[in-house]
Amino acid sequence: MKVAVITFPGSNCDYDLYKAIQMVDGEASFVWHRDRGLRGYDAVMLPGGFSYGDYLRPGAIARMSPVMEEVMDFAAKGGPVLGICNGFQILCEAGLLPGALMPNRSLKFQSKDVFVRVERADTLFTADYDAGAVLRIPIAHHDGNFEADQETLRRLEDDGRVVFRYVDRSGEPTDESNPNGSWHNIAGIVNDGGNVLGMMPHPERAMEPILGSTDGRGLFTSILRSLTPA
Amino acid sequence: MSQYHLEIRVKPRPGLLDPQGKAIHHALNSLGWDGVHDVRVGKAMYIDLDAASEDEARNTAEAMCRKLLANPVTEDFEVTVVGVAEGATS
Repeated sequence: MKVAVITFPGSNCDYDLYKAIQMVDGEASFVWHRDRGLRGYDAVMLPGGFSYGDYLRPGAIARMSPVMEEVMDFAAKGGPVLGICNGFQILCEAGLLPGALMPNRSLKFQSKDVFVRVERADTLFTADYDAGAVLRIPIAHHDGNFEADQETLRRLEDDGRVVFRYVDRSGEPTDESNPNGSWHNIAGIVNDGGNVLGMMPHPERAMEPILGSTDGRGLFTSILRSLTPA
Repeated sequence: MSQYHLEIRVKPRPGLLDPQGKAIHHALNSLGWDGVHDVRVGKAMYIDLDAASEDEARNTAEAMCRKLLANPVTEDFEVTVVGVAEGATS
């Protein structure tokens, strides 16, 4: 599996992502935002961070990078695209995913472990999890409050495109377990085609016991398996 | 060609939770301004732009808003032409 990790000025989870891909025996390369050439890659990942200092809106300027046109093409052809944290914000700004990520309702940067429930285990990103599984994964963001118009939100739920939801330890999506005010505790969604996933939690930071959780591994092994012919 | 001075106001859509506005609202109430019922926080941008006419300047700025300056999911925008320097550039 050849994976392109797109780096923008201000990305800061790019090396974690690179390492996470290697840990599941994938082949990772950095692709600078000014470069072109995603040919030959099997998957594209957009890391977390603060591209362009979050100026204007998180992701708004990164979305105009030359490489993003290729990411759009790659996604349109069905290629798997994963955006984590700032990567999720960029995918929303680019229109590859619906909605927007607003400032947390607490107005505070939230950095802690949260529990998320796997709502869909039949996506290429989550096949190695059980539906309903509760994962412990860190978040670290100021703008993770998912919002969209009522029609879009209704469609996301009706079409089962909510992949991860913030829950408490026992798997209940309570208000207390919602770290940012996201509508319906949404932590991650997929596009219509199921090949573009955006999520605020950081699975690449939950890969090793020494980091407190290995619950993020399933995401990377799922993607790898989807790309390896059986 | 004239140089137009534009003020662009980007504001959160009505009905959308604006945590910053809410925090300021509470602060104003706690300072004794009980009559404050709502606060929304947006941003203003001041752009100087070459254009052949006021209409062209406004249309260009609106295109900028749709493409980059405002997020159509969460924000509305308003463009005001606040001044013009005739023949400042050619």
